[in-house]
Amino acid sequence: MTPWNPSDDVIAVQRGPEPGGPSAAYRAFGETLRGMKTTFARVLEGPKTIQYPEEKVPVYPRFRGRHKLHRFEDTGLEKCVGCSLCAAACPADCIRVVAAENTPENRVSAGERYAAVYEINMSRCIFCGYCEVACPFDAITMGHEYELSDRHRGDLIFTKEMLLAEPLERTPLRAEGE
Amino acid sequence: MITFGDVNYVDPWWVQIIKAIIIFAVGLQLVPVVLVVERKLLGRFQARYGPNRVGPFGVLQPIADILKLLSKEHSRPTTSIGPLFTVAPMISLITAIAALAIVPFGNVVNIFGTEVGLYGIDVGIGPLYLFACGAVAFYGLMLGGWSSGSKYSFLGAMRAAAQLISYEVSQGLALIGVIMTAGTLSLVGIVEAQESMWYIVPQFVGFIVFLTAGFAETNRPPFDLSEADAELVQGYMTEYGGGRFASYYFAEYLNLIVISAITATVFLGGWLLPFGLDPPAWVDPIVVLAKMGLIVAFFIWIRATLPRLRYDQLMALGWKILLPLATLNVLVTAILVVTT
Repeated sequence: MTPWNPSDDVIAVQRGPEPGGPSAAYRAFGETLRGMKTTFARVLEGPKTIQYPEEKVPVYPRFRGRHKLHRFEDTGLEKCVGCSLCAAACPADCIRVVAAENTPENRVSAGERYAAVYEINMSRCIFCGYCEVACPFDAITMGHEYELSDRHRGDLIFTKEMLLAEPLERTPLRAEGE
Repeated sequence: MITFGDVNYVDPWWVQIIKAIIIFAVGLQLVPVVLVVERKLLGRFQARYGPNRVGPFGVLQPIADILKLLSKEHSRPTTSIGPLFTVAPMISLITAIAALAIVPFGNVVNIFGTEVGLYGIDVGIGPLYLFACGAVAFYGLMLGGWSSGSKYSFLGAMRAAAQLISYEVSQGLALIGVIMTAGTLSLVGIVEAQESMWYIVPQFVGFIVFLTAGFAETNRPPFDLSEADAELVQGYMTEYGGGRFASYYFAEYLNLIVISAITATVFLGGWLLPFGLDPPAWVDPIVVLAKMGLIVAFFIWIRATLPRLRYDQLMALGWKILLPLATLNVLVTAILVVTT
């Protein structure tokens, strides 16, 4: 007889079997065999490793990697007009734009002005993609490349020429539905 | 008639020297092989590749590891006791190599007109010699840990001592069943007694106990309490580096090889093959090595599966389960041997 009367909503705690004793040893042996089965199944499954420098994990289409600057395909003029909106939007303050006027002899971009200097400091960039959003001409987009290590900090300041150059596409793109 | 302390077949002295060199060479070559096989197999058990960069398929990895260790400075803590600190890894290594001498790779064969036994020496006290080596090897761990002058080393050494002593009892008792059935202490004799049936069948309990105690004796997971990287930072070898650390490491894997070879000899019929197969004598060592490899693979499988035991669980398993099991096994075997 319990000293108090438990109501219906009280549930008895489910306890495991008592530790110790021969039954525990038997259980431990059984569990050991089960564990061995689990590990052996991994052998049959084969390695899941992706051998990184040789194989790469494919990136999604909207992956935000290194930036690209774009040109108009028909005229070859740069899309960037040097408005510095990307630099203003950048929370890491890693974009530096110096604009200059286009002249009839020296026509670089489609607009009135062009970016004489366009630098992105990749060691500061946080790959947030705000520059891409801020750009009124879609002149800057985030690419797929993420292998950006270098030996000197200075080498990580990407100039306009580097950002305009057709990048070596070294990153596999994830196929539809993958 | 059980004979103690004598040698069953004595080779000419020059054969013994050649045999010693061959066993030394082959035995030591096995360690890098086991090292790389262990790392590759562990990788497979964890659904990864393991080392595959050094040499073809990573087979040169242990060579690179050993070279790296050997080229390191021999540093030691100022609190350590110099001579003991230096000698301790050597004791471990020497006893491990010495134990290799009694592993029989085949019976006496005729090589170019000379009768040669395919073993280091066939002593009439086979398993006792093994346990003697194991007991001395524990001085290697104990002195190493104690002379380091570091609390982790000391704790690891103490744990190793307690663990080795408690498991050596069950290991010895597990072998007694086999020795009683075979009626001899010579390992060659034990193998020959398994002609009709390997001892793994009638002495299955002994096999399990011996193997479990073998894990503890070789400090392998799940009984690597004396190393316990997570809590004791490598236990008795915390303060060791370079060549001395390599000696400990080498001794550990040699012990693994010796235990595997002894298990193969005592319980899996040594060089005997089942189903009445009787290959020529030169196949015998290969058979022994193959059986040994299987047991090593089993050791690695267990390492990949089981987590480390808590210290009281280790002691409880040793004294409360393995020892009664081994004793019971001896009792039943004794009754059966006497009555039949």
